[in-house]
Amino acid sequence: MIEIENVRKSFGSLEVLKGINLTVAKGEVVTIIGGSGSGKSTLLTCINGLEPIDSGRIKIDGTEVHARSTDLNKLRQKVGIVFQQWNAFPHLTVLENVMLAPRKVLGLSQEKAEEIAVKQLTHVGLAEKLAVYPNRMSGGQQQRMAIARALAMSPTYMLFDEVTSALDPMLVGEVLDTLRMLASEGMTMICVTHEMKFAREVSDRVAFFHQGVMAEIAPPEQLFDAPQNAETKKFLAATH
Amino acid sequence: MFNYTFHWNQALKALPQMLDGALVTLQIALLSMIIGMAIAIALTLFRLSGNRLLGGFATAWVEVARNTPALFQIYMAHFGLGNFGIHLSPFVALLVGIAFNNAGYLAENFRGALKAIPETQTRAGRSLGMTSLQAFRLIVMPQMLRVAFLPATNQMVWAILMTSLGVTVGMNTDLAGVTQELNARSFRTFEFFAIAAVIYYVIAKAVTLAARVFAARMFRY
Ligand SMILES: Nc1ncnc2c1ncn2[C@@H]1O[C@H](COP(=O)(O)OP(=O)(O)OP(=O)(O)O)[C@@H](O)[C@H]1O
Ligand SMILES: [Mg+2]
Repeated sequence: MIEIENVRKSFGSLEVLKGINLTVAKGEVVTIIGGSGSGKSTLLTCINGLEPIDSGRIKIDGTEVHARSTDLNKLRQKVGIVFQQWNAFPHLTVLENVMLAPRKVLGLSQEKAEEIAVKQLTHVGLAEKLAVYPNRMSGGQQQRMAIARALAMSPTYMLFDEVTSALDPMLVGEVLDTLRMLASEGMTMICVTHEMKFAREVSDRVAFFHQGVMAEIAPPEQLFDAPQNAETKKFLAATH
Repeated sequence: MFNYTFHWNQALKALPQMLDGALVTLQIALLSMIIGMAIAIALTLFRLSGNRLLGGFATAWVEVARNTPALFQIYMAHFGLGNFGIHLSPFVALLVGIAFNNAGYLAENFRGALKAIPETQTRAGRSLGMTSLQAFRLIVMPQMLRVAFLPATNQMVWAILMTSLGVTVGMNTDLAGVTQELNARSFRTFEFFAIAAVIYYVIAKAVTLAARVFAARMFRY
C-alpha cells in the first residue's frame, strides 16, 4: 500500500504540492491527470524518494520514504518508475540494460539475471531485440524496454510518468497496450497520463491535479462523465 | 640557385640513435598523460565539490594551462622552480611541464564530457535502486569515456609534439634532443630535422590510428 499524507513540497518560493492525500491499495490502478505544472511528476519522484518533501509523509508498505533511517536504495527496488524519456542507457544493449540492476543491485548471478531479463523483454514484445543498442530502436520500443527494465527488479509498485507523451502517435498504442497488460495482471500502478481514453479504461480511480492540489478523485465513469469540481470540468472540456 | 648538397647517408646512419630518442619521447608523452589524467580527475572532482577553494584552484590550473605557452610551462618547471631552490632534471622538468599542460586540457575535456551526460541517466539508475556511486560507475562514466576519448587522443598527440620543447631546458635524450645534438656536431640541419619530423609524424599517426581502432571496438553504440 502507498499512503500519501498531507504532502507539501516547494521549489524555492513555488509551492508545487499543497497537501496531497492519496492512498493506493495493492492491485489498484490510479491515473493522475491535470494541466502542465500541476505537480504530477513531482509527486511521483517524491514517492520513490528521488525528491525530498517539506512536510507530511509518504509510506510504502508501512515504511516511511523520507525517514532518515530508510534505506532508499532498498525501497526503490519495490517501486519501479518509468519516465517520459531518456530512460535507456545508450552504452548498453537492450539485454544489458535490463540485466544491469538485477546483477549489480540485487546481486544475482549472470545466468539468473539474464533469465529474468529475457523473460521480461519477451513479456513486452522485445525478444528479438536483445543484442540491439537502444538508439537502433523506436521510441516506443525504448519505452517498452524501460518498462521491462523496471519489471526485472520484481517491483510491487510501478509509477509511470507520461511514458507516451514523447512518442509519435503511431507508437503510443504499443506502449499503452503494455501498460494495459500490466494492469490486467494485477500490478499496482500510478500512471500520470494525457491519454484520457486509456485512463478511463484501466483506472480504478482517476485523480485530477490542479495547481498542486488534488482537486478531485473518483472512479473513471464518475470523474469523466459527472465531474464535481469546476476545474475538472474546465480541464476535461479543454482536452476533449 | 641552391648549392647545398644533401648528405642523407650520414644522417641515416644516425637513425638508430634517433629511434632510441623516439622511445624516450614516447616514454615522456605516455608518463605525462598518465600523470595528467590522474591530476585531471582530481581537478574535475575539485570543480564538482562545491568547495570554493578547491574549485578555484582547479579553475586557475585549467586557465593557466590552456592560456599560456607550453614552452613557458616547461621553462617554469625547470628554471622557475630552480629560483626557489627546486632543481628538476631536464627529463623531470619536461615531464612536469607537459603533465601540467595535459591536466588542464584533460580536466576541461572531462568537464565537457560530464555535462554531455544528461542528469536523467543518473536518475534512471538511482530509481533502479543503485547508489550514487554505482550510477556514476556503471552509467555515467562509461558514457563519459566515449565522449572524452577522442579529445584525449588529440592531447596525447599534442604531448608527443610538446616533448620537443625539452631542448630548451637541456633535454638531450629524446628525439628532439638527440636530433639537436647531431645537428650541432654536423650542421646537416635539414637532413636531421627532416628525418626527425618523419618519425614524429609516424608516431603521431600511429597513435591516432590505434586510438580509432580501439574506440571502434570499445564504443559500439
Ligand atoms: N527540480 C525543479 N526545480 C525547480 N522547479 C521545479 C523542479 N521540478 C519541477 N519544478 C516546477 O514545479 C512545478 C510542477 O512541476 P511538475 O513537473 O511536477 O508538473 P507536471 O504536473 O508533471 O507537469 P507536466 O504535465 O508539464 O509534466 C512546475 O512549475 C515546475 O516548473
Ligand atoms: Mg510531468
